[in-house]
Amino acid sequence: MNKELLRYIGMRFLQFLLVIVIAVSINFLVPRLLPGDPIESLIARLQTSGGSQEMDVQAVTDAFRAKYGLDQPLINQYFNYWRDLFRFDLGVSLSSYPQSVSQMILRALPWSVGLLATATLIAFAVGSVLGAKLAWPRSSHLIRMFVPALMVLASIPFYLLAMILIYLLAVVWRVFPPAGGASPTLIMRFDMASALDILQHAMLPGLAIILGSVGLWALGMRSQTVSVLGEDYITFAQAKGLSPRRIFYRYGMRNALLPQVTALALSLGHVVSGAVLVEVIFNYPGLGALLYNAVRGQDYFLVQGVVLMLIFTLAVLLFIIDLIYPLLDPRIRR
Amino acid sequence: MTRIPYLRGTAASIRRNWREGRISPALVWGLAVLALIAVFSIVGPLFVNAENALVGAVIPRQPPSAEYLLGTDAQGRDMLTLLIFATPNTLKMGLLAGFIGVGLGMVLGLLAGNFRGPVDGGIRVVADALMTVPAIAILVVIAGNIEQMTTSVMALVVASLAWMFSTRTIRAQVLTIRERGYIEVAKVNGESSIEILFREIMPNLLPYIIASFVGTVSSAILAVIGLEALGLGAPQEITLGNTIYWSQQSSALLRGMWWWWLPPIIVIALISLGLFLTSIGFDRFANPRLNRQ
Repeated sequence: MNKELLRYIGMRFLQFLLVIVIAVSINFLVPRLLPGDPIESLIARLQTSGGSQEMDVQAVTDAFRAKYGLDQPLINQYFNYWRDLFRFDLGVSLSSYPQSVSQMILRALPWSVGLLATATLIAFAVGSVLGAKLAWPRSSHLIRMFVPALMVLASIPFYLLAMILIYLLAVVWRVFPPAGGASPTLIMRFDMASALDILQHAMLPGLAIILGSVGLWALGMRSQTVSVLGEDYITFAQAKGLSPRRIFYRYGMRNALLPQVTALALSLGHVVSGAVLVEVIFNYPGLGALLYNAVRGQDYFLVQGVVLMLIFTLAVLLFIIDLIYPLLDPRIRR
Repeated sequence: MTRIPYLRGTAASIRRNWREGRISPALVWGLAVLALIAVFSIVGPLFVNAENALVGAVIPRQPPSAEYLLGTDAQGRDMLTLLIFATPNTLKMGLLAGFIGVGLGMVLGLLAGNFRGPVDGGIRVVADALMTVPAIAILVVIAGNIEQMTTSVMALVVASLAWMFSTRTIRAQVLTIRERGYIEVAKVNGESSIEILFREIMPNLLPYIIASFVGTVSSAILAVIGLEALGLGAPQEITLGNTIYWSQQSSALLRGMWWWWLPPIIVIALISLGLFLTSIGFDRFANPRLNRQ
């Protein structure tokens, strides 16, 4: 029994390592296969910003290549890449030059995680309870009126909801600020004023994400609950004379939640990439906006860093799900 | 022979399906919304002057009026005309990406389900891995690196991450269909494996292929619009996503020009709602057991 569990964990860990190695290799190779040369575009940018100064382009290009190690054979570059990763050295940003990529990622991370993790958890909790209630034959008819509204919400992507919210709550009625992560004049401290300011700025993007995803959670939970309620053990519980409340929470909802938890873990992984569009529309200083700006500014090292961060977080989350799942559902241990 | 009843496509079979409750209200509503969109983009061009969609054709920044039903944007384009020409362009990209995505998914799903073994393992690992990665982050990286963006390239980019879902659905279906009794009968009758694939398995896959096509088109359209709203689309084309991008660039939100961004959002929401309802309705159609509730 114990040996079996250990083998299960060992196998999953090996899979996890394999995913990481493949992801890092792809992340290393793809930018080098794509057309476009980061150094040439950097030089071009320097030339335009530096006016018409004469410079020996070839010499400068070669110097940069040597500096970033791009003049070495591919296999050496690959091993250097791994060596740097273990030092958490993701290179230096090209677009905002002296800053290191890891610095920029660390600065953007709390914004994305704070906003998206909170919004995702709220949407998950509200949506799951609502979805389960929708499937329960004893719920009132009033709650069933939600279904069409939820379908409409689920089909509008949340960046479009975000635009409607900005217009209503920041332009017509000026309740919340339309953009940014905090007031530009705010001096960040650990006090109420800073917290309130940040919360106020997070309200609109948070609301957009919650409204946009609550319908999906509710509809998913609804169909899960419907299929669980058709199981024999529900009939058996009813025959035993258990109270409907107990059947609903302990037998129905609990079993229907299992697949939802997997989906939750996956969407928490997406938190790291940030909701790119929402962050761009709200000019929110998170990872999604960072990735977008890096792509637009052809900042290869920054793009690589953000994508790597994303894959790593997802792999860790999937590994954790695999570890938790046997606890939730003993059948999986086999 | 495994001809499924509703393939005969006659009025009688539709009537019978209706009576048996296989055609759900969701399917009717979904198809009705989609038909509305189709009429809008096919008949619409007959009523408007195409030149009004060009920059500077009309007085800029006009709110909706009798002359300009949906107003005009800051570049002097009539919004209604713009919308009428943008909708089919966006639909075209979604349909193209859907065809490529589902075509790829069908081939890979059939390969994986039919041959099992290492082919199956490889396809499954890649599909599962790609499904967990947030598509928009990867698409932003790909689209940002393409220099000459056109609508067809856009469809290709989006299709590159749109095949996993149909691959998985079709693989799973092939696995269950292979175990059915009539496949055994066909084998005993001496049908070759190619014949079995095309004459026994394929017709039974059709409902699932159509269902995943609807789903893929829907997510492809949303991905296309998302990329365009970020300014990563084909800049010279008139599409719904580009209209959103232009309105963002001219801060139409803060200037209160709601007639610039709200109509495209409503059209997008209708397209996506129509496809969503159709896919739910089609699920019921393909698996009547779902109706038990």
